[in-house]
Amino acid sequence: MYSFDIQRPTTVADAVAALATDEALPLGGGQTLIPTLKQRLSAPSVLVSLSGIAEMKGVCTGDDGALCIGGGTTHATVAREAASSYPALASLAGHIGDPAVRNRGTIGGSVANNDPSACYPAAVLASGATVVTNTRSIAADDYFQGMFATALNEGEIITEVRFPVPEKAAYMKFEQPASRFALVGVFVAKYAEGVRVAVTGASEDGVFRWTEAEAALSSNFSADAVPAAPSGDGMISDLHGSGAYRAHLVAVMTKRAVAAAG
Amino acid sequence: MPKDHGIGASPKRREDVRFLTGAGNYTDDINVHGQAYVHFLRSDMAHGKINSIDTSAAEGMPGVVRIFTGKDFEGVGGLPCGWQVTDKNGDPMKEPPHPVLAQGKVRHVGDPIAAVVADSLEQARTAAEAIVLDIEELPAVVDMAKALQPGATKVHDDLADNLCYDWQFGTDTETTDAAFMNAAHVTTLELVNNRLVANPMEPRVAVGDYSRARDEHTLYTTSQNPHVIRLLMGAFVLGIPEHKLRVVAPDVGGGFGTKIFHYAEEAFCTFAAKACNRPVKWTSTRSEAFMSDAHGRDHVTKIELALDKDNNFLAVRTDTLANMGAYLSTFSSSVPTWLHGTLMAGNYKTPAVQVNVKAVFTNTVPVDAYRGAGRPEATFQLERVIDKAARELGVDPIALRRQNFITQFPYATPVAVEYDTGDYEATMAKMEELMDIKGFAARRAESEKNGKLRGLGVNCFIEACGIAPSNLVGQLGARAGLYDAATVRVNATGSISVLVGAHSHGQGHETVFPQVVAEMLGIDESMVDIVHGDTSKIPFGMGTYGSRSLAVCGSAMVRATEKIINKAKKIAGHLLEASDADIELKDGKFTVAGTDKSVAWGDVTLAAYVPHNYPLEDIEPGLEETAFYDPANFTYPAGAYACEVEVDPDTGKVTIEKFVSADDFGNVVNPMIVEGQVHGGIAQGIGQALLENCAYDENGQLLSASYMDYAMPRADDIPHMANYVVDHSCQTPCTHNPLGVKGCGEAGAIGSPPTVVNAVIDALHSGGHTHVSHIDMPVSPSRVWAAINGQ
Ligand SMILES: Cc1cc2nc3c(=O)[nH]c(=O)nc-3n(C[C@H](O)[C@H](O)[C@H](O)COP(=O)(O)OP(=O)(O)OC[C@H]3O[C@@H](n4cnc5c(N)ncnc54)[C@H](O)[C@@H]3O)c2cc1C
Repeated sequence: MYSFDIQRPTTVADAVAALATDEALPLGGGQTLIPTLKQRLSAPSVLVSLSGIAEMKGVCTGDDGALCIGGGTTHATVAREAASSYPALASLAGHIGDPAVRNRGTIGGSVANNDPSACYPAAVLASGATVVTNTRSIAADDYFQGMFATALNEGEIITEVRFPVPEKAAYMKFEQPASRFALVGVFVAKYAEGVRVAVTGASEDGVFRWTEAEAALSSNFSADAVPAAPSGDGMISDLHGSGAYRAHLVAVMTKRAVAAAG
Repeated sequence: MPKDHGIGASPKRREDVRFLTGAGNYTDDINVHGQAYVHFLRSDMAHGKINSIDTSAAEGMPGVVRIFTGKDFEGVGGLPCGWQVTDKNGDPMKEPPHPVLAQGKVRHVGDPIAAVVADSLEQARTAAEAIVLDIEELPAVVDMAKALQPGATKVHDDLADNLCYDWQFGTDTETTDAAFMNAAHVTTLELVNNRLVANPMEPRVAVGDYSRARDEHTLYTTSQNPHVIRLLMGAFVLGIPEHKLRVVAPDVGGGFGTKIFHYAEEAFCTFAAKACNRPVKWTSTRSEAFMSDAHGRDHVTKIELALDKDNNFLAVRTDTLANMGAYLSTFSSSVPTWLHGTLMAGNYKTPAVQVNVKAVFTNTVPVDAYRGAGRPEATFQLERVIDKAARELGVDPIALRRQNFITQFPYATPVAVEYDTGDYEATMAKMEELMDIKGFAARRAESEKNGKLRGLGVNCFIEACGIAPSNLVGQLGARAGLYDAATVRVNATGSISVLVGAHSHGQGHETVFPQVVAEMLGIDESMVDIVHGDTSKIPFGMGTYGSRSLAVCGSAMVRATEKIINKAKKIAGHLLEASDADIELKDGKFTVAGTDKSVAWGDVTLAAYVPHNYPLEDIEPGLEETAFYDPANFTYPAGAYACEVEVDPDTGKVTIEKFVSADDFGNVVNPMIVEGQVHGGIAQGIGQALLENCAYDENGQLLSASYMDYAMPRADDIPHMANYVVDHSCQTPCTHNPLGVKGCGEAGAIGSPPTVVNAVIDALHSGGHTHVSHIDMPVSPSRVWAAINGQ
């Protein structure tokens, strides 16, 4: 790790000001960033810790009924506090990593990082959630822009993520054997307006919506309605599985998610 | 009533108190006043020619003490190989030099190029980034078959090719070929024994210290065998005589074989401490461990089994390519040969067994012993091919094994070893009972209702432990003796320190060894402690590996304790005014036979050190005895394993529902510790079978270089304890060591991989996927899915 300065603002405004420094980076739970620093793959001069900002923490229900989760809320808190309002999301959070990771890692950090195998992006996209930053609100469909790429500008902080709560939903994660991130994870959410299906872990372009399945499930929400597996072209192919295998799992996990959503 | 102390009791592991409360003293806990830190700049190329290394900018960086490259080690020996294998033409194996820091070429990702010693580790790392390397990338050889093709790029330019040796062993070719010609059925199987990374919880660490005042070197290191390191490093690498070199291996957090070997970093820290006149410390990161700890396994094998019309085994023939990696690690050459070929008869009376092994250099990390070392590879091949034969012949795999069991002992195999004792029928029957084989059909039906395929896998195994008779291994090319030593030091007030050559790094010696001594003397276990891991304290020791500690070092300890008893009886005889022939030792009391005259243990020990009333004319004062023990034969633990798996045909995921082991370890000193050893061994075997895969791409880049891609077994990959049954009630005591013990440390890792794969194949066949005759390990979900779908 190279040496750096650390700042611990207590308000979003102070954090934004601190991030205006050249080569400053926000630090969430550090579960992704700290290992990167240890390997000297990143060399910020200032880390701006977001963990002391009370206004970025917690789970509540907004006036429009959406579930609002502060950007600095840990996975463990979401697992606990969203359990009754949005059980599929709480369960997703409760199966990220191990207890140490869940007690440090935050939703803002996960969504900002947009790892192609991370779990939260599937929930955000399938829920048609809104990513709220210190300057604007970004619809999920505009937010994710490929592996590790998002609509965030430099120095922009995710302060909140707002999830419209679906009638039914489930997340099915098939774990990569080593990392236990998603080899393929599918989040299915059924709203009055239709069904959304988001897939993580599979595509070289990061999280994506499986529109064929959405169309089929919107008219018939049952496992049998899930279409045949998508093509393996453009799917990730690595030590843990070929693109064809991942494509196959997309269909299997979608069926299981629909069945679990009931 | 189970015993509550002594041999056969299960006292809790006394060492766990310090381990579980964070009070252990590991090598990284050792900090020597004034120490500097070394960071190794390692190759990120698999193969390259070093044109130049420019350290000038780095040398001026803050905190830098000195920067070393291969040039600084030109006058220094290379890392030696401890076993010379002779090939089938009678020629010695090829032994290319293994420099401490790369000279001329880099040969694998992780090969150390330069070492930066600085006041702090971060300064050393920063300075290393300023070293300018001019390394010309060369094509890498990774695949063993390709490495042997004519014209292949050579890992070592001075050798004719990449072949280290071509070894043949066992039955001669004419007899073996004749057996295959006469066979009613021949089963052939090609398989891979996957490359593994041992991944002990504690990464390797070395601290070198040098006293100018006394011209003495001390190396603190994470080793399973400090005396072996002292010998190899002192005599072959750095030229330091033993009396000027102390090697300390304090608490060591797991070894699994990978901490047997002498590594470059140990030699470097010892050398640099003198060169810099400052203690030098190195602590491996996990990433470094992946590319610098010796790897394990990595065999590619074709095995053939010939059977007669009545399904009797006629012959086994194997052809193996064994990966050595880029250099010969300490015991690498012995693993695919003497630790592998000699076990190829298994538990069966096959008259002809021929083993062929080509050892190959590639641009990968060196490969050496890993828990089981050679024996898991032998067991996997044999027990997989037998399973395949049973399927092809339509016979019950248990019956086919039973029919071919060795039943008469001693039994001389066609592959040089003589099994002294065993009862394979007993362990097989025990396994069948514990597994409830009869209830399998119902359990399968239950799984099928849930859309899962259920399979049952069984197999036997045998291993050679208690390594090893020195005269025998000397003939086979070992460059060391494999005896062990113990000193029993009785203190004046009767407490005892036992100085043992075995090293405990998870095995629980500190609990088990006192159980034996206390039982022999009839005193409380709390009066006995063992001392290990420091060449300045213990007499000598070849260390811990090959399930040898109790069988070999424990035997030395028994012999030394017997000497203590003899001498103590003489002292007691004097005190009791009786002949020592009439003295009996029982419950810590010396009694004159047939009388009530007695003297306590503590009175005798005090007399030895305060010899006022003492037969000084006949015996020396003091009570301390040393024994060296060289075993007469290997020991042969054996057993029968079974497991049931469920396969999810939609995803290919395999889960282990139940695992049963029925082992014969001979006598057992501490059943709880034996069970723990087997639980851990099977967990590692399950890891190899389902999860672990050290993979390189064709350019020699390590693909599984961290836990993000290298899958270790976790608690939930292992069956729940209620369905994880390890039994050791079948006991045929070893015939040639005083405790009748065989060793239990490796059995689980040796016996279990074929069990899992046999079960997966059985499950797939039950689901109609009869075209799948084998899946290479790790049997990962994607591989199972690909096999089912013919991809
Ligand atoms: C062992 C292990 C297992 C894991 N398993 C899983 C898993 O199964 N599924 C899964 O989805 N994830 C997994 N993770 C990742 C985990 O969820 C991380 O917590 C998460 O990806 C990053 O969150 P963080 O708060 O730790 O962010 P950090 O590591 O602190 O930061 C990550 C990046 O986001 C930026 N950042 C942080 N917070 C904000 C913010 N509020 N606004 C803008 N930018 C921000 C940082 O600058 C940095 O670039 C695992 C991690 C570990 C170590």
